[in-house]
Amino acid sequence: MGDGDAVYHAAPVESLLVEPLDVFVAVFHRPSGITHLLTAPAPEILDALRPAGAPLTTAMARLQARFGVEDADPQALTARLDELVAAGLVHRA
Amino acid sequence: MRHRFDVRVGPFGFRVGSDWRAPIAQMEALYAGYPALRDGVADFTVRLSAVRPWRRFVRPSVEIGGDYMLPGAVPLPLRQGLLAAEMAMNLQVALGTRRFLLLHASVVERDGRAVVMTGESGAGKSTLATLLAAHGWRFMGDEFALVDPVTGLLHAFPRAISLKNESVAAARAAWTDARFGPLLTGTPKGDIRHLAPDVRALAAMDTPARPVLLLFPRFGSAADERPVPPAEVFVRLTQASTNYTAMGETGFTALTRLVGGVPAVAIDYPDGATAVAQVEARMALT
Repeated sequence: MGDGDAVYHAAPVESLLVEPLDVFVAVFHRPSGITHLLTAPAPEILDALRPAGAPLTTAMARLQARFGVEDADPQALTARLDELVAAGLVHRA
Repeated sequence: MRHRFDVRVGPFGFRVGSDWRAPIAQMEALYAGYPALRDGVADFTVRLSAVRPWRRFVRPSVEIGGDYMLPGAVPLPLRQGLLAAEMAMNLQVALGTRRFLLLHASVVERDGRAVVMTGESGAGKSTLATLLAAHGWRFMGDEFALVDPVTGLLHAFPRAISLKNESVAAARAAWTDARFGPLLTGTPKGDIRHLAPDVRALAAMDTPARPVLLLFPRFGSAADERPVPPAEVFVRLTQASTNYTAMGETGFTALTRLVGGVPAVAIDYPDGATAVAQVEARMALT
Protein backbone atom coordinates (compact mmCIF):
# COMPACT_ATOMS: atom_id res chain seq x y z
CA MET A 1 0.00 0.00 0.00
CA GLY A 2 1.14 3.51 -0.71
CA ASP A 3 1.61 5.99 2.09
CA GLY A 4 0.20 9.48 1.98
CA ASP A 5 3.49 11.21 1.22
CA ALA A 6 4.65 8.99 -1.62
CA VAL A 7 4.98 10.63 -5.02
CA TYR A 8 3.87 8.56 -8.00
CA HIS A 9 5.59 8.97 -11.36
CA ALA A 10 4.18 7.63 -14.64
CA ALA A 11 6.52 5.99 -17.12
CA PRO A 12 7.82 8.74 -19.42
CA VAL A 13 5.66 9.34 -22.50
CA GLU A 14 8.60 8.54 -24.79
CA SER A 15 8.98 5.11 -23.17
CA LEU A 16 5.48 4.03 -24.24
CA LEU A 17 3.74 3.25 -27.53
CA VAL A 18 0.02 3.79 -27.06
CA GLU A 19 -2.65 2.50 -29.45
CA PRO A 20 -6.33 2.86 -28.58
CA LEU A 21 -8.16 -0.32 -29.71
CA ASP A 22 -11.70 0.02 -28.35
CA VAL A 23 -12.46 0.27 -24.64
CA PHE A 24 -8.93 -1.10 -24.24
CA VAL A 25 -5.75 0.75 -25.00
CA ALA A 26 -2.72 -1.28 -26.09
CA VAL A 27 0.46 0.04 -24.47
CA PHE A 28 3.94 -1.15 -25.36
CA HIS A 29 6.47 -0.40 -22.63
CA ARG A 30 9.79 0.00 -24.42
CA PRO A 31 12.18 -0.60 -21.49
CA SER A 32 10.60 -3.95 -20.58
CA GLY A 33 9.24 -4.97 -24.00
CA ILE A 34 5.96 -5.85 -22.30
CA THR A 35 2.59 -5.15 -23.89
CA HIS A 36 -0.24 -4.03 -21.59
CA LEU A 37 -3.93 -3.75 -22.33
CA LEU A 38 -5.33 -0.96 -20.21
CA THR A 39 -8.87 0.10 -19.63
CA ALA A 40 -10.32 3.09 -17.77
CA PRO A 41 -9.25 4.51 -15.41
CA ALA A 42 -5.63 3.34 -15.97
CA PRO A 43 -4.82 5.62 -18.95
CA GLU A 44 -6.44 8.55 -17.11
CA ILE A 45 -4.37 7.85 -13.99
CA LEU A 46 -1.15 7.82 -16.04
CA ASP A 47 -2.21 11.15 -17.50
CA ALA A 48 -2.92 12.53 -14.02
CA LEU A 49 0.68 11.77 -13.01
CA ARG A 50 2.03 13.94 -15.78
CA PRO A 51 3.84 16.15 -16.55
CA ALA A 52 5.39 15.79 -13.11
CA GLY A 53 4.78 13.03 -10.60
CA ALA A 54 2.16 13.59 -7.95
CA PRO A 55 1.19 12.41 -4.50
CA LEU A 56 -2.19 10.77 -4.07
CA THR A 57 -4.10 13.94 -3.23
CA THR A 58 -2.78 15.82 -6.28
CA ALA A 59 -3.50 12.86 -8.55
CA MET A 60 -7.07 12.82 -7.21
CA ALA A 61 -7.48 16.51 -7.86
CA ARG A 62 -6.11 16.20 -11.40
CA LEU A 63 -8.42 13.26 -12.17
CA GLN A 64 -11.35 15.36 -11.05
CA ALA A 65 -10.24 18.42 -13.00
CA ARG A 66 -9.20 16.69 -16.22
CA PHE A 67 -11.68 13.83 -16.49
CA GLY A 68 -14.54 14.92 -14.27
CA VAL A 69 -14.08 11.95 -11.97
CA GLU A 70 -16.40 13.00 -9.15
CA ASP A 71 -16.41 9.89 -7.01
CA ALA A 72 -12.65 9.31 -6.84
CA ASP A 73 -11.97 7.32 -3.74
CA PRO A 74 -8.47 7.49 -2.25
CA GLN A 75 -8.43 3.80 -1.38
CA ALA A 76 -9.55 2.74 -4.85
CA LEU A 77 -7.03 5.08 -6.46
CA THR A 78 -4.27 3.72 -4.24
CA ALA A 79 -5.20 0.20 -5.32
CA ARG A 80 -5.12 1.18 -9.02
CA LEU A 81 -1.79 2.97 -8.51
CA ASP A 82 -0.35 -0.12 -6.84
CA GLU A 83 -1.46 -2.20 -9.83
CA LEU A 84 0.28 0.19 -12.20
CA VAL A 85 3.40 0.07 -10.00
CA ALA A 86 3.31 -3.75 -10.18
CA ALA A 87 2.92 -3.52 -13.97
CA GLY A 88 5.99 -1.30 -14.19
CA LEU A 89 4.09 1.65 -15.67
CA VAL A 90 4.29 3.77 -12.50
CA HIS A 91 6.98 4.06 -9.89
CA ARG A 92 6.71 5.36 -6.38
CA ALA A 93 9.38 7.65 -4.99
CA MET B 1 24.86 -35.37 -43.48
CA ARG B 2 24.52 -38.19 -45.94
CA HIS B 3 21.45 -36.88 -47.76
CA ARG B 4 20.41 -33.33 -48.47
CA PHE B 5 17.46 -31.42 -49.86
CA ASP B 6 17.34 -27.66 -50.54
CA VAL B 7 14.12 -25.79 -51.14
CA ARG B 8 12.74 -22.27 -51.02
CA VAL B 9 9.24 -21.63 -49.69
CA GLY B 10 8.25 -17.97 -50.09
CA PRO B 11 10.92 -15.79 -48.49
CA PHE B 12 12.67 -18.64 -46.67
CA GLY B 13 15.33 -21.01 -47.93
CA PHE B 14 15.70 -24.37 -46.20
CA ARG B 15 18.47 -26.93 -46.21
CA VAL B 16 17.36 -30.30 -44.90
CA GLY B 17 20.01 -32.87 -44.10
CA SER B 18 19.19 -36.46 -43.18
CA ASP B 19 20.96 -39.63 -42.16
CA TRP B 20 18.43 -41.53 -44.29
CA ARG B 21 17.37 -41.29 -47.90
CA ALA B 22 13.64 -41.98 -47.36
CA PRO B 23 12.46 -38.66 -45.86
CA ILE B 24 14.52 -36.75 -48.44
CA ALA B 25 12.91 -38.71 -51.30
CA GLN B 26 9.45 -37.94 -49.88
CA MET B 27 10.30 -34.26 -49.65
CA GLU B 28 11.62 -34.20 -53.21
CA ALA B 29 8.30 -35.62 -54.41
CA LEU B 30 6.15 -33.31 -52.27
CA TYR B 31 8.18 -30.20 -53.06
CA ALA B 32 8.56 -30.84 -56.81
CA GLY B 33 8.12 -27.51 -58.60
CA TYR B 34 9.36 -25.34 -55.71
CA PRO B 35 12.16 -22.88 -56.50
CA ALA B 36 15.81 -23.37 -55.62
CA LEU B 37 17.56 -21.42 -52.87
CA ARG B 38 18.34 -17.80 -53.68
CA ASP B 39 22.08 -17.66 -54.47
CA GLY B 40 22.38 -21.08 -52.90
CA VAL B 41 21.89 -19.64 -49.43
CA ALA B 42 19.59 -21.25 -46.86
CA ASP B 43 18.00 -19.17 -44.09
CA PHE B 44 17.33 -22.25 -41.98
CA THR B 45 18.98 -25.61 -41.58
CA VAL B 46 17.15 -28.73 -40.46
CA ARG B 47 18.83 -31.97 -39.48
CA LEU B 48 17.25 -35.39 -39.18
CA SER B 49 19.77 -37.41 -37.26
CA ALA B 50 19.83 -40.96 -36.05
CA VAL B 51 19.20 -40.91 -32.30
CA ARG B 52 22.23 -43.24 -31.93
CA PRO B 53 24.47 -44.21 -34.81
CA TRP B 54 23.30 -47.84 -34.78
CA ARG B 55 19.68 -46.66 -34.74
CA ARG B 56 20.12 -45.83 -38.41
CA PHE B 57 19.58 -49.54 -39.00
CA VAL B 58 17.82 -50.94 -35.93
CA ARG B 59 14.34 -49.49 -35.25
CA PRO B 60 15.49 -46.22 -36.77
CA SER B 61 14.36 -43.12 -34.94
CA VAL B 62 14.64 -39.53 -36.09
CA GLU B 63 15.93 -36.75 -33.88
CA ILE B 64 15.14 -33.25 -35.10
CA GLY B 65 17.94 -30.71 -35.16
CA GLY B 66 18.42 -27.23 -36.49
CA ASP B 67 19.53 -23.71 -35.73
CA TYR B 68 16.64 -23.26 -33.29
CA MET B 69 15.66 -26.06 -30.98
CA LEU B 70 13.14 -26.85 -28.33
CA PRO B 71 14.69 -28.91 -25.56
CA GLY B 72 13.17 -32.32 -24.98
CA ALA B 73 11.75 -32.85 -28.48
CA VAL B 74 10.79 -36.49 -28.67
CA PRO B 75 12.32 -38.52 -31.50
CA LEU B 76 9.91 -39.81 -34.14
CA PRO B 77 10.07 -43.18 -35.88
CA LEU B 78 11.72 -43.08 -39.30
CA ARG B 79 8.46 -43.73 -41.17
CA GLN B 80 7.39 -40.32 -39.84
CA GLY B 81 10.59 -38.71 -41.11
CA LEU B 82 8.69 -36.46 -43.49
CA LEU B 83 6.60 -35.17 -40.59
CA ALA B 84 9.75 -34.67 -38.55
CA ALA B 85 11.23 -32.59 -41.36
CA GLU B 86 8.05 -30.54 -41.71
CA MET B 87 7.85 -29.93 -37.95
CA ALA B 88 11.51 -28.96 -37.85
CA MET B 89 11.06 -26.53 -40.76
CA ASN B 90 8.12 -24.91 -38.97
CA LEU B 91 10.10 -24.70 -35.75
CA GLN B 92 13.00 -22.92 -37.45
CA VAL B 93 10.64 -20.36 -38.97
CA ALA B 94 8.61 -19.95 -35.78
CA LEU B 95 11.60 -19.29 -33.57
CA GLY B 96 14.07 -17.74 -36.00
CA THR B 97 12.09 -15.22 -38.04
CA ARG B 98 12.59 -11.55 -37.36
CA ARG B 99 11.77 -10.04 -40.77
CA PHE B 100 8.06 -10.75 -40.41
CA LEU B 101 5.51 -10.88 -37.64
CA LEU B 102 4.37 -14.50 -37.72
CA LEU B 103 0.78 -15.48 -37.06
CA HIS B 104 -0.23 -19.11 -36.82
CA ALA B 105 -2.87 -18.86 -39.54
CA SER B 106 -3.86 -19.90 -43.02
CA VAL B 107 -4.08 -17.31 -45.79
CA VAL B 108 -5.81 -17.19 -49.16
CA GLU B 109 -5.82 -14.37 -51.70
CA ARG B 110 -7.93 -13.16 -54.61
CA ASP B 111 -7.42 -9.94 -56.61
CA GLY B 112 -4.62 -8.93 -54.26
CA ARG B 113 -6.93 -9.14 -51.21
CA ALA B 114 -6.08 -11.66 -48.54
CA VAL B 115 -8.16 -13.44 -45.90
CA VAL B 116 -6.29 -14.53 -42.76
CA MET B 117 -7.84 -17.45 -40.89
CA THR B 118 -6.69 -18.32 -37.42
CA GLY B 119 -7.95 -20.45 -34.58
CA GLU B 120 -7.27 -23.40 -32.36
CA SER B 121 -6.08 -26.65 -33.86
CA GLY B 122 -9.17 -28.33 -35.29
CA ALA B 123 -10.92 -25.03 -36.12
CA GLY B 124 -10.48 -26.00 -39.75
CA LYS B 125 -8.13 -23.32 -41.00
CA SER B 126 -6.16 -25.72 -43.21
CA THR B 127 -9.26 -27.40 -44.60
CA LEU B 128 -10.93 -24.04 -45.21
CA ALA B 129 -7.87 -22.72 -47.03
CA THR B 130 -7.84 -25.86 -49.17
CA LEU B 131 -11.54 -25.52 -50.02
CA LEU B 132 -11.19 -21.82 -50.83
CA ALA B 133 -8.19 -22.62 -53.05
CA ALA B 134 -10.42 -25.08 -54.90
CA HIS B 135 -12.90 -22.20 -55.40
CA GLY B 136 -10.53 -19.89 -57.21
CA TRP B 137 -8.55 -18.43 -54.33
CA ARG B 138 -4.78 -18.49 -54.30
CA PHE B 139 -3.37 -20.57 -51.43
CA MET B 140 -0.75 -18.54 -49.57
CA GLY B 141 -0.15 -20.88 -46.66
CA ASP B 142 -1.80 -22.84 -43.87
CA GLU B 143 0.85 -22.57 -41.19
CA PHE B 144 2.07 -18.97 -40.93
CA ALA B 145 0.81 -15.63 -42.11
CA LEU B 146 3.90 -13.46 -42.60
CA VAL B 147 3.16 -9.81 -41.86
CA ASP B 148 5.72 -7.40 -43.29
CA PRO B 149 6.11 -4.77 -40.56
CA VAL B 150 7.19 -2.12 -43.06
CA THR B 151 4.42 -2.44 -45.66
CA GLY B 152 1.73 -4.24 -43.68
CA LEU B 153 1.43 -6.71 -46.58
CA LEU B 154 1.19 -10.47 -46.17
CA HIS B 155 3.83 -12.69 -47.73
CA ALA B 156 3.09 -16.23 -48.82
CA PHE B 157 4.55 -19.30 -47.16
CA PRO B 158 2.87 -22.00 -49.26
CA ARG B 159 4.39 -25.02 -47.60
CA ALA B 160 2.88 -28.45 -48.13
CA ILE B 161 -0.51 -28.55 -46.39
CA SER B 162 -0.78 -30.94 -43.48
CA LEU B 163 -4.27 -32.46 -43.50
CA LYS B 164 -5.85 -34.69 -40.91
CA ASN B 165 -6.84 -37.91 -42.61
CA GLU B 166 -10.56 -37.20 -42.28
CA SER B 167 -10.07 -34.00 -44.32
CA VAL B 168 -8.25 -35.74 -47.15
CA ALA B 169 -11.40 -36.94 -48.93
CA ALA B 170 -12.92 -33.45 -48.92
CA ALA B 171 -9.66 -31.97 -50.20
CA ARG B 172 -9.38 -34.59 -52.90
CA ALA B 173 -12.96 -33.96 -54.03
CA ALA B 174 -12.45 -30.21 -54.14
CA TRP B 175 -8.99 -30.26 -55.66
CA THR B 176 -9.01 -33.02 -58.25
CA ASP B 177 -5.43 -32.66 -59.50
CA ALA B 178 -3.98 -32.49 -55.98
CA ARG B 179 -0.71 -34.25 -55.20
CA PHE B 180 -0.61 -36.03 -51.83
CA GLY B 181 2.29 -37.28 -49.77
CA PRO B 182 2.23 -40.67 -48.06
CA LEU B 183 -0.32 -41.41 -45.32
CA LEU B 184 1.44 -41.01 -41.96
CA THR B 185 -0.35 -42.97 -39.28
CA GLY B 186 -0.11 -42.66 -35.51
CA THR B 187 1.73 -39.34 -35.50
CA PRO B 188 1.47 -36.89 -32.59
CA LYS B 189 -1.06 -35.04 -34.82
CA GLY B 190 -3.07 -38.21 -35.59
CA ASP B 191 -3.20 -39.71 -39.07
CA ILE B 192 -2.10 -37.08 -41.54
CA ARG B 193 -1.29 -36.62 -45.20
CA HIS B 194 0.48 -33.76 -46.83
CA LEU B 195 -1.02 -32.04 -49.84
CA ALA B 196 1.19 -30.15 -52.29
CA PRO B 197 -0.13 -26.63 -53.08
CA ASP B 198 -1.16 -26.11 -56.70
CA VAL B 199 0.94 -24.63 -59.50
CA ARG B 200 -0.71 -21.25 -59.07
CA ALA B 201 0.26 -21.05 -55.40
CA LEU B 202 3.87 -21.80 -56.27
CA ALA B 203 4.03 -19.46 -59.28
CA ALA B 204 2.78 -16.51 -57.20
CA MET B 205 4.63 -17.29 -53.96
CA ASP B 206 6.69 -14.10 -54.21
CA THR B 207 3.66 -11.86 -54.69
CA PRO B 208 2.42 -10.36 -51.41
CA ALA B 209 -1.20 -9.40 -50.73
CA ARG B 210 -3.08 -6.85 -48.67
CA PRO B 211 -4.97 -8.25 -45.66
CA VAL B 212 -8.65 -7.30 -45.86
CA LEU B 213 -10.34 -9.78 -43.51
CA LEU B 214 -9.36 -11.55 -40.29
CA LEU B 215 -11.43 -14.66 -39.85
CA PHE B 216 -11.77 -16.78 -36.70
CA PRO B 217 -13.50 -19.93 -37.95
CA ARG B 218 -14.96 -22.59 -35.70
CA PHE B 219 -16.16 -25.90 -37.03
CA GLY B 220 -19.11 -27.85 -35.71
CA SER B 221 -22.00 -25.47 -35.06
CA ALA B 222 -24.82 -24.00 -37.11
CA ALA B 223 -23.73 -21.15 -39.37
CA ASP B 224 -23.26 -17.98 -37.40
CA GLU B 225 -21.20 -14.84 -37.58
CA ARG B 226 -20.19 -12.09 -35.17
CA PRO B 227 -17.78 -9.19 -35.39
CA VAL B 228 -14.78 -9.51 -33.06
CA PRO B 229 -13.86 -6.31 -31.17
CA PRO B 230 -10.31 -5.00 -31.77
CA ALA B 231 -8.96 -5.70 -28.27
CA GLU B 232 -10.08 -9.34 -28.52
CA VAL B 233 -8.49 -9.58 -31.97
CA PHE B 234 -5.30 -8.10 -30.57
CA VAL B 235 -5.15 -10.63 -27.72
CA ARG B 236 -6.00 -13.57 -29.96
CA LEU B 237 -3.33 -12.59 -32.48
CA THR B 238 -0.63 -12.12 -29.84
CA GLN B 239 -1.49 -15.68 -28.76
CA ALA B 240 -1.41 -16.86 -32.38
CA SER B 241 2.00 -15.31 -32.97
CA THR B 242 5.16 -17.30 -32.42
CA ASN B 243 7.47 -14.28 -32.46
CA TYR B 244 5.41 -11.32 -31.21
CA THR B 245 7.48 -10.95 -28.05
CA ALA B 246 10.78 -11.44 -29.84
CA MET B 247 9.83 -8.77 -32.40
CA GLY B 248 9.45 -6.15 -29.62
CA GLU B 249 8.30 -2.71 -30.71
CA THR B 250 8.23 -3.72 -34.39
CA GLY B 251 5.79 -6.51 -33.59
CA PHE B 252 3.57 -4.18 -31.57
CA THR B 253 3.41 -1.64 -34.37
CA ALA B 254 2.74 -4.30 -37.04
CA LEU B 255 0.02 -5.92 -34.96
CA THR B 256 -1.81 -2.75 -33.93
CA ARG B 257 -1.75 -1.64 -37.58
CA LEU B 258 -3.25 -4.93 -38.68
CA VAL B 259 -5.89 -4.91 -35.93
CA GLY B 260 -6.77 -1.28 -36.54
CA GLY B 261 -7.01 -1.58 -40.32
CA VAL B 262 -8.67 -4.92 -40.99
CA PRO B 263 -12.18 -6.04 -39.97
CA ALA B 264 -12.39 -9.23 -37.93
CA VAL B 265 -15.20 -11.76 -37.91
CA ALA B 266 -15.74 -15.04 -36.05
CA ILE B 267 -17.76 -17.62 -37.93
CA ASP B 268 -19.27 -20.90 -36.87
CA TYR B 269 -19.79 -23.35 -39.70
CA PRO B 270 -21.34 -26.81 -39.97
CA ASP B 271 -19.53 -27.90 -43.16
CA GLY B 272 -16.99 -26.73 -45.70
CA ALA B 273 -19.45 -25.63 -48.39
CA THR B 274 -21.27 -23.39 -45.89
CA ALA B 275 -17.99 -21.88 -44.72
CA VAL B 276 -16.94 -21.07 -48.29
CA ALA B 277 -20.31 -19.37 -48.85
CA GLN B 278 -19.90 -17.41 -45.59
CA VAL B 279 -16.45 -16.18 -46.63
CA GLU B 280 -17.69 -15.22 -50.09
CA ALA B 281 -20.68 -13.33 -48.62
CA ARG B 282 -18.45 -11.52 -46.17
CA MET B 283 -15.92 -10.61 -48.88
CA ALA B 284 -18.70 -9.11 -50.99
CA LEU B 285 -19.16 -6.57 -48.15
CA THR B 286 -15.46 -5.87 -47.64
